[in-house]
Amino acid sequence: MSTKVLDMGIELLENAAGRLVPAEVNGKPATPFQGVRKYKPTGNKTAPPVRSCADYPADGNKVVTGLKTALVNAGLRDGMTISTHHHFRNGDMVGNAIFDAAAAMGVKDLMWFPSASFPCNAPIVDHLDNGVVHHIEGSMNGSLGDYCSRGKMRGMGVLRSHGGRWQAVQDGEVHIDVAVIAAPTADPFGNANGVTGPSACGLLGFALVDSIYADHVIVVTDNLVDFPCLPWQIQGNNVDQVVAMDSIGDPSKIVSGTTQLTKSPDRLLIAEMAAKFVRDAGIMRDGFSFQAGAGGTALGFAIFLREMMKKAGVKARFIRGGSTKYLVEMLEEGLTDYILDGQTFDLDGVRSMRDNPGHQDTSPFTSYNFHGKGCFASMLDATVLGATEVDVDFNANVVTHSDGRLLHGIGGWQNCLAGKCVILPIPSVRDRIPVIVDRVTTLCGPGELVDVVVTERGIAINPWRTDLLEAAKGSDLPIRPIQDIKAEVEALCGGPPAAPKLGEKIVAAVKWVDGTVIDCVRQTGG
Amino acid sequence: MTTTTTSQIAEASRRGEDVRSDCWVEITLADSGGIDLALTTKVESMYGESTRQLVRDELAALGVTHARVEIEDAGALPFVITARVEAAVRRLGFDVGDGYLVECGPGTDYATQRDRFRRSRLYLPGNEPKFAINAGVHQPDGIILDLEDSVAPPQKDEARLIVRNALRTIDFKGAERMVRINQGDRGLEDLDFIVPHNVHLLLIPKVESAEQVRVVDARTREILHERRINTRVYLMPIVESALGALRAFEIASATDRVVALTIGLEDYTADIGTARTKEAWESFWARSQVVNAARAAGVQPIDSVFSDVADTEGLRRNVLESKSLGFDGMGCIHPRQIAVIHEAFAPADEELAKARRIVEAFEEAQRRGLGVVSLGSKMIDPPVVKRAQRVVRLAEAMGMPRS
Repeated sequence: MSTKVLDMGIELLENAAGRLVPAEVNGKPATPFQGVRKYKPTGNKTAPPVRSCADYPADGNKVVTGLKTALVNAGLRDGMTISTHHHFRNGDMVGNAIFDAAAAMGVKDLMWFPSASFPCNAPIVDHLDNGVVHHIEGSMNGSLGDYCSRGKMRGMGVLRSHGGRWQAVQDGEVHIDVAVIAAPTADPFGNANGVTGPSACGLLGFALVDSIYADHVIVVTDNLVDFPCLPWQIQGNNVDQVVAMDSIGDPSKIVSGTTQLTKSPDRLLIAEMAAKFVRDAGIMRDGFSFQAGAGGTALGFAIFLREMMKKAGVKARFIRGGSTKYLVEMLEEGLTDYILDGQTFDLDGVRSMRDNPGHQDTSPFTSYNFHGKGCFASMLDATVLGATEVDVDFNANVVTHSDGRLLHGIGGWQNCLAGKCVILPIPSVRDRIPVIVDRVTTLCGPGELVDVVVTERGIAINPWRTDLLEAAKGSDLPIRPIQDIKAEVEALCGGPPAAPKLGEKIVAAVKWVDGTVIDCVRQTGG
Repeated sequence: MTTTTTSQIAEASRRGEDVRSDCWVEITLADSGGIDLALTTKVESMYGESTRQLVRDELAALGVTHARVEIEDAGALPFVITARVEAAVRRLGFDVGDGYLVECGPGTDYATQRDRFRRSRLYLPGNEPKFAINAGVHQPDGIILDLEDSVAPPQKDEARLIVRNALRTIDFKGAERMVRINQGDRGLEDLDFIVPHNVHLLLIPKVESAEQVRVVDARTREILHERRINTRVYLMPIVESALGALRAFEIASATDRVVALTIGLEDYTADIGTARTKEAWESFWARSQVVNAARAAGVQPIDSVFSDVADTEGLRRNVLESKSLGFDGMGCIHPRQIAVIHEAFAPADEELAKARRIVEAFEEAQRRGLGVVSLGSKMIDPPVVKRAQRVVRLAEAMGMPRS
């Protein structure tokens, strides 16, 4: 199946999706994508070293003074891997502080393994330049994405989904030397949660895998409470040291006061069409489930669906969040039995998770990990996701723009493609950039998993989904072939867009949920 | 083409971080050296080269041979780029005749009808192309590209070109293609840029006499005749003053081209010396007058706009009141108002059921050759039949179930 091509000294293999991908990523052999649900590795999960209570204080007090002391105690040295989580989103103050401390220690060539990065992490660019950080495996947005895109990073970026990050750690693909877990509340033993404290972010699910598998775990908090810190979303039994800091995040940027619905009439229309599709195709029925995030269109989708559910007297069994005020209201109004929450986006979400037993915090293990005994992403009746591009075969891109620049992470996106009806509500054109193309610049999701593309100019159903085509027959929604929508937009834009001019150098590998390489990102100009 | 250069440098549109789907153009004429084109664009990798070719072709067609041309593009569509370049060239004093006409796009050639539904008409500022691109997908009955109040005087010339090119390019998805022209002579000049490009209906602002309507009608007829265009172009005068309201009937019946009469309440309330309120008692007489004048003239009475975009419930109440006063439609300033307006203008269940019974009785009478239509013991007059037919047609157009 695979053809071998030499590209700047890196061996390339053609994967099952027809994309040329590197056979080796950052010095480790990589498996090319084999197809959806095809690759099944054998062997055992990895495990952290055995530890003894004899080496930890019997009084349970693991508090040390200062992040740098903790890193020195952890034995941080050149070439190690440091992990962090992104529950503080753009209000995180810990990620940058770690590498400032590492720089002060004179440590070089670290690999940063965040669950995601945000624009607030832009100062890491300096540490990439000065050699403290060798490369990043995790989502790169804004200036970090730009840095990587331009080919300036020494190693190859590796983009994984949230579930793929858990998979990579448990399978031993990524070994975390030191995990630093910023925690809104913690006790001296290391138990920690995200539901209380000045930096409350709801939950700490993205850090769970780090706490279980890392060699050394440091909890950092600005709200140290006496033992026991309850609930213990992170268990102190996995934690080596606890550091108290004055501030670990900017609360106004961690969660918003209230999530705002988009004002764009086009996006609202798309969201409304997606909700109508779920209703008209018979997916909205008692006991159903759906997933919706806090992005403008996804949020709008949930709000329109809520009104339709009320009108039809339909109740969901569970909603997968990204929770917001709107999902919390649905829980409180009895429109759903449960919220299964991966991250909280506003203060209502945090409050509800703390106080409402029907609002369950989750981790990528329960929701997304493909190398487990199932995960609930595949049980969702309707899943609403974004995309930067989608092609006529319904393949979708979520990490690069049409000009090839790396600008977004994968998040839970690839994992959610397992849902029973995957809907991409996206505008058909963004400022003269057609969203439906002949071939996506970067393949992140295979077309066989994308069921419906909802644009303001019409709804395209994947021809493979004859059941959905049949179910939507009675609807007055504008259901059209995807090629028609593409042609209409291209007529407006002045023809099909020229292909991006990309360099030869591979700057990042895109992993599929099973750890295989589905595509790679090439360098863009200058 | 002849060149009468009056100035050496001209620009069009504006630059800035907030500009979207538009571009800024500056042209500095030179004596030699050909075209020196500096284009920066957000879509360089996709459309950079084709845009440069487009601009060069246009400059050549408009007779510009030596110039420095600077363009900052924030994702403008080709019809916008060509309009901005043409605006700058015209401002340099070039006589460009009909200008640089982009080829007509698909979905720009459908016709309209005198008595089509005009429940909603969406106002779009004529110089802001980004709003026009997707206007049709929101499915208003009409889309108004506005050249009047939403366009500042210094931009009037370039707005005409944007509107002209939008008419030639954008598929408004079955919506009636409307343009609100300027007042007076400027409005008559607008017609040259609008009438030849399959406009369906012209809104005439601040009308206070039948003569104002006749002048627009005559110039429209002239242009259609000169260009040998057969399609109908209709007129909708806007009453916006006490005098206009008093003369509503003569305005509504000024010419055959008039298909609807509407009222602009912001200007009207100012003119009678008061302010607009949500209760709208201050304009009750004028609105009623417009309804009566329009009905007497056999044209559609259309209400003003509801300005508070966030107040959906207020809008719904307002539409229901408009409907009860006799209006057939109203204006909107935001796409999210359209569905609310259509829903509120939809016949109520009882109203529809009764209308269907009347229409059936009428058809039955026709079949049996009876001159008189009766329903039970009641005789039904022709205007009642006509209204019932209209209600049934409206319900069908809105896809209301037959039950």
